[in-house]
Amino acid sequence: MKKDIILAGVGGQGILSIAACIGLAALEESLYLKQAEVHGMSQRGGAVQSNLRLSSDPIASDLIPTGKADLIIAVEPMESLRYLPMLDPNGWIITSINPFINIPDYPEMEDLMKEIWKLPRYITLDANSMAKDCGSIKAANMVVLGAATPFLGLEQSSIESAVKNLFKNKGDEIVELNLKAVQAGRDHALKQM
Amino acid sequence: MQKLLLLGDEAIAQAAIDGGISGVYAYPGTPSTEIMEYVQASKTAKENNIRALWSANEKTAMESALGMSYAGKRAMVCMKHVGLNVAADAFVNAAITGANGGLVIIAADDPSMHSSQNEQDSRFYGKFALIPILEPSNQQEAYDMTRYAFELSERMRIPVLLRITTRLAHSRTGVECSNPEKQNDLKLPDNLRQFVLLPAIARKQYRELLGKQAQMEAASAESGYNRIIEGSDKNLGIIACGLSYNYLLENYTNGKLEHPVLKIGQYPLPLDLVNELYESCEEILVLEDGYPVIEELLRGMLNKGKTIKGRLDGTLPRDGELNPVIVGYALGKKHLQGSAVPDLVKNRPPKLCDGCAHNDAFLALNEALAPYGRGRVFSDIGCYTLSALEPLEAINSCVDMGASITMAIGAADAGLVPAVAAIGDSTFTHSGMTGLLDAVNNNSPITVIILDNSTTGMTGGQTSSAFGKIDNIVRGLGVAEEHIKVLKPLRKYHDENVAVIKEELKYQGVSVIIPRRECIQTLNRRMRQKAKAKTMNI
Repeated sequence: MKKDIILAGVGGQGILSIAACIGLAALEESLYLKQAEVHGMSQRGGAVQSNLRLSSDPIASDLIPTGKADLIIAVEPMESLRYLPMLDPNGWIITSINPFINIPDYPEMEDLMKEIWKLPRYITLDANSMAKDCGSIKAANMVVLGAATPFLGLEQSSIESAVKNLFKNKGDEIVELNLKAVQAGRDHALKQM
Repeated sequence: MQKLLLLGDEAIAQAAIDGGISGVYAYPGTPSTEIMEYVQASKTAKENNIRALWSANEKTAMESALGMSYAGKRAMVCMKHVGLNVAADAFVNAAITGANGGLVIIAADDPSMHSSQNEQDSRFYGKFALIPILEPSNQQEAYDMTRYAFELSERMRIPVLLRITTRLAHSRTGVECSNPEKQNDLKLPDNLRQFVLLPAIARKQYRELLGKQAQMEAASAESGYNRIIEGSDKNLGIIACGLSYNYLLENYTNGKLEHPVLKIGQYPLPLDLVNELYESCEEILVLEDGYPVIEELLRGMLNKGKTIKGRLDGTLPRDGELNPVIVGYALGKKHLQGSAVPDLVKNRPPKLCDGCAHNDAFLALNEALAPYGRGRVFSDIGCYTLSALEPLEAINSCVDMGASITMAIGAADAGLVPAVAAIGDSTFTHSGMTGLLDAVNNNSPITVIILDNSTTGMTGGQTSSAFGKIDNIVRGLGVAEEHIKVLKPLRKYHDENVAVIKEELKYQGVSVIIPRRECIQTLNRRMRQKAKAKTMNI
């Protein structure tokens, strides 16, 4: 088993929580794991990404070679396209369609969606609305994680126990909300695949 | 043994705790910050009374660690690469004094300048100071080498440098820890003149350090951190330093290397191993995530030996961090490329946060300076450096910690009046205070803006040494009371703030203006913690 994943978003959008969930789930299945994060300057509202590698065999490089990523998981649509050179020709993009507009020249949404629709394999989702339906817009990143779960090669039970682990300090209500968000994302992806 | 999921930085911190340190000293700097933060958050460290507070700068940190070593206990000091420039005086001389308790210096380099002003390679400093250097290739080695570094430091009675790069510092993986050691007891140096670098003693100590070089090289050959891995194709031999070994390995799917490889993790270089590889292969490729340190030595000035490939002959790029693809190209391998980035994807540079006090301060400064024209603001290192970019375009320099005030002095001396310095609170106590003293002694016609957000913001909100002390420091350095002005940088006070700055720009001496409002990030964090504490009480 080997999954190379690029997580993409804007500083502060919570891609590291997605990474932490996948990481915990991978640990539960005793997989090897390497996760390169971005800290420091770029976190201030800039484009951020994380290289997450899971494997049943030892992993050498902390960085994924270009053209080798199995998945790009993005919490922002323009950011989902920034790492296309990293994506394997058979790879999938899973992205929220909710734009984070903090630059003056952000492209038109229609043009952006057209670019995404050109790709051979993608899952798009309105993560903000779906998270709101689950109880809080703050769970949007967990909706995106949920939409990625059919592609991760991990047991759904490991993902769920990772979510419980990650949010257990915030109380049962928050745990339930996030589990619901993950399930909503997953159901959506299974339908769209 | 227990396996923990740790960043490279955290693996070093855990190893230091397990290795029986009594104290860690540091100034925040990407990518080294998380080492101290991990020790500060560690329950074991607290229980064992390990000293873990931020220092005013890297030099004070280095000296405090040296003092702890003098007293016979194990001490660690952590900094980013450019921090080692600040600590250099103490660092180089610590090699001459030698250590008593184990003394380990962590320098975190930043090739590709993800969050830095240059990509200098700290291995030069280690060589310059004539001390052993360790360079881990992964997080497990970062842990193991930190444990070993303390042992080596005490055995040879010298400080040891451990050099990492951003990619290792900020990448997470499973790390196996080994049995913890107890802290040392207080024990003075056997020779109470060991740390007295009077010329006569320093000469003796220096000869002792030179005399230890052979032992250091022997340690490099015996530790197991340098080793040759056999490969059948001897047309090429590869020297892979630190992290670059992983990128090399990534190019062989079955993990089986084609060419003989000398994996380097400890310096001074083990010459026998280098010679063995050199003699058995036709050409040599040197992989270094940083400057071409070994490559340059192998080529020599005239480059008349075997073909040496690397960063100097164009086989690898001369600058920037390595990765598996770049290394693959150097091996003649082809790499896949996914599809191109569509043109509509725009750059999204980092920027000041919404609600950041610096934004309001610079809007006021920009307006006050408008009559004089652009190009008069010397600034410094911190979040506020982002004000160089659009839309503020408020500053004209960012060089090194503290350079804003002193560059303003020089520019004013040259006739650029008014000249303005804009510096953060933590940067001010790091290296700005002495510059302000110069300005007062010169009576320089400069306006110094100390942007006080009451934290070390850029690195994530660490305690600032300046907290609650700036006004008195400025007064104590001799700035006249009537030219010390504290502002509240908020949109609603914009006009008053502009008026105050305009007034001080006219003054033909040193003025200090302190826009003071807490960092929006630390404020939000405090509010969240407060709310959480409240719900927990219910």
